[in-house]
Amino acid sequence: MIKRSTETLVGLFVLLGLAALLFLALKAANLTGFSTESTYALSARFDNIGGLKVRAPVRSAGVTVGRVTAITLDPKTFQGVVGMDIRQGFRFPKDSSAKILTSGLLGDQYVGLEPGGDEADLVPGATITQTQSALVLENLIGQLIFNKAAESGDAGARK
Amino acid sequence: MPCHGVGMTQALAWLGRATLDRLRALGHSAFFFVDLLRFSPAALRRWPLVLTQIHLIGNHSLLIIAASGLAVGFVLALQMYYALVTYGATESLGLVVNLALLRELGPVVTALLFAGRAGTSLTAEIGLMKAGEQLVAMELMAVDPRARVLAPRFLGGIVSMPVLALIFSSVGILGAYVVAVLLIGVDAGNFWSIMQDRVDVWRDLGNGIVKSMVFGVICTFVALYQGYESQPTPAGVAAATTRSVVIASLAVLGMDFILTALMFSTP
Repeated sequence: MIKRSTETLVGLFVLLGLAALLFLALKAANLTGFSTESTYALSARFDNIGGLKVRAPVRSAGVTVGRVTAITLDPKTFQGVVGMDIRQGFRFPKDSSAKILTSGLLGDQYVGLEPGGDEADLVPGATITQTQSALVLENLIGQLIFNKAAESGDAGARK
Repeated sequence: MPCHGVGMTQALAWLGRATLDRLRALGHSAFFFVDLLRFSPAALRRWPLVLTQIHLIGNHSLLIIAASGLAVGFVLALQMYYALVTYGATESLGLVVNLALLRELGPVVTALLFAGRAGTSLTAEIGLMKAGEQLVAMELMAVDPRARVLAPRFLGGIVSMPVLALIFSSVGILGAYVVAVLLIGVDAGNFWSIMQDRVDVWRDLGNGIVKSMVFGVICTFVALYQGYESQPTPAGVAAATTRSVVIASLAVLGMDFILTALMFSTP
């Protein structure tokens, strides 16, 4: 009733589709990434998170060890609270510090973890308090202009 | 004054009739859609019929889908390179092409081509069956044409569309790879690694597949409905075929906006 060749061709068609799915999932997306690996949560408080976004990488020594999962504002201290999921295999000392850095000149912002020297490790759910905020260009320029103005003011006074 | 009043009443009646006609057509097509869904499980038991339809709808569309995907990949890579080179960000070329294909172009362009390639043939086939009174003959033999003719085609379209969209996206990315890495000289490692870093399997690929499934339902449903409801004349079948492409394309584009807003509006 149905030709054998039709069945074979349809089988080939579906197989081609599966191959495409496999290619897209493995080669063109991050199925092999650690979205399925077990992680533990850490959080850090920053005075200014700049342009950090959810899903931004968390890196230590340049190696990606986790992802930013949540960004909220603490209503009491008015600090930005950044929640992160860190890969289970990586434990950081208790006095580690977190910075918000930029990859390249115009790249995305990420959280950089700098390990400290403490014997004890950060337990899951702990908060990193030693932080360095994102570099905000406007503040930096403002400071530069202020310094220049102060310098020229000093020079004028000395004359 | 009375003359003016009659004109107003007529205009009002025309508006009311037009609205009612539209609503009736909408209700009619909704019932047709429910019928298709109702007959689909039974059609699964007539698996050879569905298989033949997948062969006709899917396999035969393969060439045009693959060729279009390759062309879109080529052009996208060239154009994106032109824009990105100004900012020294050519290494993110792969990412841009990949996201555009997986999220939007893959499902949408496949659906538009599908409406033109497979939808028209479905409409014309059903319309001619109706014009040749084959459907009536089936009913006389106590065979419901919706179960025997329409449901296998419906299932065939729904199965074929996501497969075609996946093939379209893959071929497009390979096309972009050929242009970006082999012709322009973007670093191959960067091309793939930035994709793997930033493209999420569930969010981007998964939503793309969901989109193409929805489009498969829309395109096949519109094609079958237009064929089934066509005037059983040569001119009627021709008009139905045209309507099938136009309505399916517009529905896909409109639905794509809604789906994109639902899926990707949050960062």
